Amino acid sequence: MNDIMTAKNLNLWYDKTQALKNVNITIPEKSITAFIGPSGCGKSTFLKTLNRMNDLIPTVRITGEISYNGQNIYDSTVDVNELRREIGMVFQKPNPFPMSIYDNIAYGPRTHGIRSKVKLDEIVEQSLRDAAIWDEVKDRLKKNALGMSGGQQQRLCIARALAVKPKILLMDEPTSALDPISTLRIEELAIELKKSYTIVIVTHNMQQAVRISDNTAFFLMGELIEYGETEKLFSQPEDKRTEDYITGRFG
Amino acid sequence: MLSKKRKAYIGGMKAAMYISTGITAVFVIFLVAYVFIKGIPNISWELLSTKPSYISGNIGILPDILNTIYIVLTTLIVVIPLGVGAAIYLTEYAKNKKIVGIIEYAAETLSGIPSIIYGSVGMLFFCEFLGFRKSLLAGAMTLVIMNLPTVMRTTQESLKTVPQSYRDGAFGLGAGKWRVIRKVVLPGCVDGVITGCILSVGRILGESAALLFTAGFAHALNGIIDGLSSPGASLTVALYVYAKEQGEFGIAFAIAAILMILTLLINLSAALVSRYFMKKRKF
Ligand SMILES: Nc1ncnc2c1ncn2[C@@H]1O[C@H](COP(=O)(O)OP(=O)(O)OP(=O)(O)O)[C@@H](O)[C@H]1O
Ligand SMILES: [Mg+2]
Repeated sequence: MNDIMTAKNLNLWYDKTQALKNVNITIPEKSITAFIGPSGCGKSTFLKTLNRMNDLIPTVRITGEISYNGQNIYDSTVDVNELRREIGMVFQKPNPFPMSIYDNIAYGPRTHGIRSKVKLDEIVEQSLRDAAIWDEVKDRLKKNALGMSGGQQQRLCIARALAVKPKILLMDEPTSALDPISTLRIEELAIELKKSYTIVIVTHNMQQAVRISDNTAFFLMGELIEYGETEKLFSQPEDKRTEDYITGRFG
Repeated sequence: MLSKKRKAYIGGMKAAMYISTGITAVFVIFLVAYVFIKGIPNISWELLSTKPSYISGNIGILPDILNTIYIVLTTLIVVIPLGVGAAIYLTEYAKNKKIVGIIEYAAETLSGIPSIIYGSVGMLFFCEFLGFRKSLLAGAMTLVIMNLPTVMRTTQESLKTVPQSYRDGAFGLGAGKWRVIRKVVLPGCVDGVITGCILSVGRILGESAALLFTAGFAHALNGIIDGLSSPGASLTVALYVYAKEQGEFGIAFAIAAILMILTLLINLSAALVSRYFMKKRKF
């Protein structure tokens, strides 16, 4: 498998507090990579460095390098909007825009210049199908997205992210606000999506990491403690701290 | 069990509250009734649709109605883009939060300044320095400055209520800042902008001191273009002129009644608009 993203000596500070310490990691293409670790260890922070969502926080300072397709994404020549198109994001709390289901999905493609109604219709349908929600919403595309259930909203957000044809999908605890059935559906969806996309998922749920991910990274207090194949990391962790964490001895 | 003293105290407080509520209500009802009783009989189609003439002795307030409309429209056309633009800049773009804080504080202070001060400054700046002379335009510009803080602050407050998660979602799709603001943030805060405008219209309608100095008190009948460049009385100013200079109290009360009805309508529409948007938005 090819590597699609690599972080090298990545450090991040919020003002004066360091939240990431010298993180080095390589993420393979078309696979699911899970980030686990106790609350506040920097999982979300690191995830957001991957598509520069941290740029939106003025106090953030970063050193080191993240390369995507061989280019450092923090290079001054990089077009951040294009980067975020290619590396999409799904948030912990479903956050559909307060507009119709159709307009939610069409927002991204329209942003990137697609105006043709035929083309947009096609993208909307395809994205909703890929996110396994088409059958539930195909008769109410003009209805406000805020009227959907939480699980549907989250799949809508996944569809919205897919609509701009990304290469990578970053998901920050996408199921933590959902019921078990919705969670299961999203897990199945993730497994389906990894045929065409690279997925990086933050999760608090270790069973979830085991169920769906190929590789797992364990973070602790801003450091990447251990990273490797999920099966191996959960059965024979190399680091004592990883073992303590996965056996539930802390956190 | 409550002691006797305590009971008497509570009873006394209750009585005091009833009395003060009663007094307030009586005053309001008295005021409205008095103005309506004195004013409404003097309102006629004649009054509303003609201009005054010294030769025939006719009194009509059509020019004042038109002037008021011109002033309201001109002020809004200028103040909305300025106020909304400033609000967007301060909430969405400005990096230095300290300076933003100072500007917000200044805006709040500005909206508390007596309007006669705006009037004198407007007269010096627009009428004399910029050479607008006494004109509706000078008056409208003065009102722009007066209402800018209100429009800016109400817009800002409603921009702040748009959840960050919407912005994150849009940025995450690769939208540029302006697109995020235009398509996701602004639609979420139309209600604030509208509320600010309605408040401003109410204030403009009720304003007299600032206009007396800057727009004058002529009663000529003009179209909007000529009207803006010539002096003219708004309804409130006309009220003052008729009552104070010409002793026409009947006419003054007729205007007062009209203004009161307008104010009522404006407050009502403000309430309706905010109710409508309250229902519509779900965050
Ligand atoms: N905007 C911010 N400003 C300052 N500090 C922040 C900010 N966001 C996060 N932090 C701090 O950075 C550290 C890492 O936070 P982060 O949100 O990445 O943790 P996490 O591993 O995602 O935790 P959780 O599992 O609770 O989501 C925490 O100590 C947090 O307090
Ligand atoms: Mg987190």
